Amino acid sequence: MKKITFPITNEQLKDLKSGDRVLATGYLYTARDAAHKRMYELIQNGEDLPIDINGQTIYYVGAAPAKPGYAVGPCGPTSSYRMDKYAPSLLDLGLKVMIGKGMRNDEVIASMVKNGAVYLVAIGGAAALIAKSIKKSELICYKDLGTEAIYRYEVEDMPLIVAIDSEGNNVYVR
Amino acid sequence: MDIREISAEEITQAVKKLFMDCNYYIGEDISQAIENAQKNEELQIAKDVLQQLIDNNRIAAEEQIPLCQDTGMAVLFVEYGDKVVVKDGSFKAAVEEGVRRAYIDGYLRKSVVTDPVFDRKNTKDNTPAVIHTEIVEGDKIHIVAGGKGFGSENMSAIKMLTPSAGVEGVKKFVLDTVTHAGPNPCPPMVVGVGIGGTFEKAAQLAKRATLRPINTSNPDERYASLEEELLTEINKMNIGPAGLGGKTSALGLNIETYPTHIAGMPVAVNICCHAARHKEVTI
Repeated sequence: MKKITFPITNEQLKDLKSGDRVLATGYLYTARDAAHKRMYELIQNGEDLPIDINGQTIYYVGAAPAKPGYAVGPCGPTSSYRMDKYAPSLLDLGLKVMIGKGMRNDEVIASMVKNGAVYLVAIGGAAALIAKSIKKSELICYKDLGTEAIYRYEVEDMPLIVAIDSEGNNVYVR
Repeated sequence: MDIREISAEEITQAVKKLFMDCNYYIGEDISQAIENAQKNEELQIAKDVLQQLIDNNRIAAEEQIPLCQDTGMAVLFVEYGDKVVVKDGSFKAAVEEGVRRAYIDGYLRKSVVTDPVFDRKNTKDNTPAVIHTEIVEGDKIHIVAGGKGFGSENMSAIKMLTPSAGVEGVKKFVLDTVTHAGPNPCPPMVVGVGIGGTFEKAAQLAKRATLRPINTSNPDERYASLEEELLTEINKMNIGPAGLGGKTSALGLNIETYPTHIAGMPVAVNICCHAARHKEVTI
């Protein structure tokens, strides 16, 4: 089990190979369909994003509400392919790590290789378990989107698997 | 049989409990299947993923939190006895209020948007539900309910096969749909197959099939053996838990059928994730 930090270092990123299991500690941003659409439109219009994503990590998730006393509600990954349309633009801006579940299209994988990024997966449906590794959640922007708003999560030993590494090796292609 | 009055509040309370319970407590049929699969797997990653699901479902039940963050769109199959009269309200409003209270009071995720194409504004209480109502003889209301997650819903498909396609055509379409779904719908999946009826009836049957406990078989032996055969074929696909390989690509496969037209053989495949939530109640 490899230990990595978020934001990820270049050395860690190069060391990650498809199929590796990792524990991640640090912070990341959440974004799914609606937040991606907004960021994509900003990029299309040549405007700045609400967060500087250079070197950062995005987790595709829309958490359930937190019960009182909890840092965050259950928060497993959502299907990544729905973000495929938007991902290359973010990778061009320096996004280094995407976390979700399931397949990515060829365009995303090519952009990952070009920009030196990795795609990690969390176990879909293990939302109550994954929430145990999220220590703090802070709303960053797009509050009106509810569960689809952008949050900053502080994570500790978040269990992940390298699905596609920076050379384009893919755990789903067997 | 006399007319029986049921209060709207009683229906609301029952519906609220169904959706909270199904999101906190995975059914015995599913948990048993996951445990058996965990013992049966040889690949370490598959064993580990299934163990994570066992741990996850235990945490959810112990802490009464949703086992998956996608607590779904509320789907109900209702058998409404024709001697039942709802007192102090209407049936539809009572059900929607039950869904509303479950999703708000139960800390479930609100995942429903108003208009599918243009507005896409969250309704903030997970209503409206999708309610399939059949009027039956009697003085009771029977409800089968499930919160349907959309990671798997999006992998579902329907095809208007014609009679000459035969059982081989059915098999091919089911297996093609599951192959195409691959790692996306949170495998190990539960597969619901609806055959017959009309275009919309087949889809409804497929959804109903996902809500039937997976430790039950179709009462018609021919379909029961087709359920077994398709499940075996799917588990040879090496999709595996979380799509990372292994012998457990699906936990169960249920088939529901209905008479159909001389010219047709509609087949719908509704894919569900391992968080196959279903509960039922009779009021």
